[in-house]
Amino acid sequence: MKFAVIVFPGSNCDIDMLKAVEDTVGQPVDYVWHTATDLSAYDAILVPGGFSYGDYLRCGAIAQFAPVMSEIRKAAEQGKFVLGVCNGFQILTEAGLLPGALIRNKSLKFRCHPVDLRVENTKTAFTNGYEHGDLIRIPIAHGEGNFYCDDETLAKLQANEQIVFRYAGDNPNGSVDDIAGICNEEGNVVGMMPHPERAVSELLGSADGAGMFKSVLNAWRERNGAASVR
Amino acid sequence: MAQQVSAKEPTTLQIAEQKIYKQFGVSDSEYALICDFLGRQPNYTEIGVFSVMWSEHCAYKNSKPLLRRFPTTGPRVLMGPGEGAGIVDIGDKQAVVFKIESHNHPSAVEPYQGAATGVGGIIRDIFSMGSRPIALLNSLRFGRLENDRVRYLFEHVVSGIAGYGNCIGIPTVAGEVMFDEAYEGNPLVNAMCVGLIDHDKIQRGVAKGVGNPVFYVGPATGRDGIHGATFASEDLTAESEAKRSAVQVGDPFMEKLVMEATLELIDSGIVLGIQDMGAAGLTCSSAEMASKAGNGMELYLDEVPQREEGMTAYEMMLSESQERMLFVTEPQHEAQAKAIFERWGLHCAKVGKVTDDGRLRLFHKGEEVADMPVKALVDDCPIYDKPSKVPDYYLKNGSIDTNRYEQALDLNDALKKVLGSPSLASKEWVYSQYDYQVRTSTAVVPGSDAAVVTIRGTRKALAMTTDCNGRYVYLDPEVGGRIAVAEAARNIVCSGGEPLAITDNLNFGSPEKPEVFWQMEKSVDGMAEACRFLETPVIGGNVSLYNENAKGAIYPTPVVGMVGLIADIDHITTQEFKAEGDVIFLLGETKAEIGGSEFQYAVHGLTEGRPPEIDLATEKALHGAVLGAIRQGLVASAHDLSEGGLAAAVAEATFGRGLGAKIDFATNLRPDLALFSESQSRILLSAKPRHAEELAAWLSEQGVPAQQLGTVGGDRLAIAVNGHTAIEASVNEFRQEWKEAIPCRMQ
Repeated sequence: MKFAVIVFPGSNCDIDMLKAVEDTVGQPVDYVWHTATDLSAYDAILVPGGFSYGDYLRCGAIAQFAPVMSEIRKAAEQGKFVLGVCNGFQILTEAGLLPGALIRNKSLKFRCHPVDLRVENTKTAFTNGYEHGDLIRIPIAHGEGNFYCDDETLAKLQANEQIVFRYAGDNPNGSVDDIAGICNEEGNVVGMMPHPERAVSELLGSADGAGMFKSVLNAWRERNGAASVR
Repeated sequence: MAQQVSAKEPTTLQIAEQKIYKQFGVSDSEYALICDFLGRQPNYTEIGVFSVMWSEHCAYKNSKPLLRRFPTTGPRVLMGPGEGAGIVDIGDKQAVVFKIESHNHPSAVEPYQGAATGVGGIIRDIFSMGSRPIALLNSLRFGRLENDRVRYLFEHVVSGIAGYGNCIGIPTVAGEVMFDEAYEGNPLVNAMCVGLIDHDKIQRGVAKGVGNPVFYVGPATGRDGIHGATFASEDLTAESEAKRSAVQVGDPFMEKLVMEATLELIDSGIVLGIQDMGAAGLTCSSAEMASKAGNGMELYLDEVPQREEGMTAYEMMLSESQERMLFVTEPQHEAQAKAIFERWGLHCAKVGKVTDDGRLRLFHKGEEVADMPVKALVDDCPIYDKPSKVPDYYLKNGSIDTNRYEQALDLNDALKKVLGSPSLASKEWVYSQYDYQVRTSTAVVPGSDAAVVTIRGTRKALAMTTDCNGRYVYLDPEVGGRIAVAEAARNIVCSGGEPLAITDNLNFGSPEKPEVFWQMEKSVDGMAEACRFLETPVIGGNVSLYNENAKGAIYPTPVVGMVGLIADIDHITTQEFKAEGDVIFLLGETKAEIGGSEFQYAVHGLTEGRPPEIDLATEKALHGAVLGAIRQGLVASAHDLSEGGLAAAVAEATFGRGLGAKIDFATNLRPDLALFSESQSRILLSAKPRHAEELAAWLSEQGVPAQQLGTVGGDRLAIAVNGHTAIEASVNEFRQEWKEAIPCRMQ
């Protein structure tokens, strides 16, 4: 299985995301520049956190116009696995690959600390290794992680089981329905504010995020049949 | 247009006759000296260039004789003071690069941008050495939070640090914040950056090779930050607010691009010399690079990217626009360098040439607009040995008996006051605004004695801290200076590291005051002695003088930034108690030392007397014993005793996991003095029961006095003195005081 970590000017969790793939599933992984026009070689596309284009205008608003985005859209349509974390989540919502928007934290302050998440949906490509209702500890680090959508969209997200993670303790940013992460209707595109790539070893305080990388490898193996497992 | 603007500039004659140079902090005798060096009177551009190069900020003209007293070499030191940052060997052909720098004056008038650009500047110092920045720290001082203006400064300084560090993606892992009215109106904002480098990648800011082109990279030059270095070298006054234009504006996104491109450029091996444009911008970087190579430089100012129309030579040379670098390469590498920057969406402009005449010559609009000897700019600023005088307050304090206070009987209340004092209280309100985990290498997050950052691909890690107790230094600068270094080292040791070296930020009032100069002298002596003794040389730093408010000078605050090497990640140790039944030890001797303590301040409302004494031999023996015990796997937790003494240290150790403790302290001192004394060279350890005996034997073998105090367990904190309960309540009750102190005041 081959992973791509997309690098925009201002991405800063790209290195962490790449290391996390190496450390958790040991599969081939490349940095892919924002100007890339062909992602056909990759099975999973990871859009990392950071401040793409300096968060000018609005978080993720400029990144959605990068050349690589049309390839990411294409990959999502083809059913390839796409994960956006933090700024990556913001970019996926701006690009229309996921519904809703991420607005300023209710506290108006950047917040960095571990949070407890409840796994609400284990059918996605990135969460099939967890049990429904599992509590996992993953850090957040964002100033604009307050997930917002209108009532109609929220009802749809709930009805379609598109809510992947909820904050289990205090809601750190004021997001609607305590939402920390969502997926598209098909479950192959997931976006979340907490950073699973920062929770892949006990030395970092938690290894609970490793399951997401293992899940997507499982999903890929299932899709491609046992034969393709190396 | 341009001519109109330049027409407003004073003429050479006007500068001389109206003594306009005085506005730039150049004295009559310095002006005469500049005329000598030039063989004529300087024009407006030249006097501007000289004034910033000869400012305290760039030339250290009032502090150089003192800085020479520091030990700056050692077997591990690869680069000492003089370059962008110092470098220390950590084995395996790797080295650690670090430096601290102040942005006090800008932060006093424009806290967000002042603090943000302080962070940006220190990051550039690190990556211009060819090093990948891996961590940020900061040391902050403010007045009391009861004051509206102080809360404003505190809030925006923290936001500024967060805004810059978070965006560029370098974790802010540690720091300290203290509050005292001595800093009202003149906060201290010191930022430190730590980087990693392979030995063969080390760069220097040197303009090598006559005829080679000089390149400018980064955003265009604007009119911001003009005379920032001069501004930083004078007293803050009511008029300082009007100098807001001397404060630069930062763009961390731009710096991220410049950093990545610069590291890629250096990696390509084509850079001959590189330096960031920090204080005094284009002036300082060009003059210093030429000076270090023994060469000269010509700059063609029409080629300098300009953000605004009609900029004069004077404005371009003195602008402190941020995120800019200057580098030298060979002519045949120009296309390769340009391609690297273009990939990152940046342009680099050829703005000059290395020459052999030892002069800095500036050309603008077809004319030579300045011609100055490089050596005069960089090396020949007069150095002043200022008069020094023992202050009256120091003499008076010698006869104050700090044990005369009525005995505090409600020690639960006293502990709450100490823990709830903002200087000692939890700084979560601050560090939860910093991304301290990006780069996924932070093994010990903010809140412990020192932060720990692992080095990927090795078993090694780096411990890092900043420390200085300004009250101690005020009460006795020499002892306070020693303690600043010793405490930093103790923090490193408690984290499982071996102290390597320090960077210092000397924050003082006006050196024109003999009493302030005395504080500088004495504290430098104390620090130098401790650095020699503990084998932690000074590899670089910064001096910030003229930190004054309406009431006078700030507390002398020579901040120590220290980095230590943890040989194996298994040695990483934190301060919180780990498990029920673990045995608690107090190492070191406790004397009745209340002068300058948090107890004296929070309970008695005073800062007086003499600070705690310190014996460096005792300190060093303690470090060896504790590091040895940690390396043998005998230690479950280690916590340095500092502000708030034993009572605060035990309380803090219970907060991490909410595990209580029951201890009984045997002492011949009065209970309040015993529990809140800030005697130095003490460490609190806990150990698994099965290791307790071995640990006690090891400590005794090492000659370190140790008292077994009690055990970890339950959810209450119970401290007895000689068998009599002195402090007793739930851990949560104390933790609330500690945790809520700052958020409550900031609401």
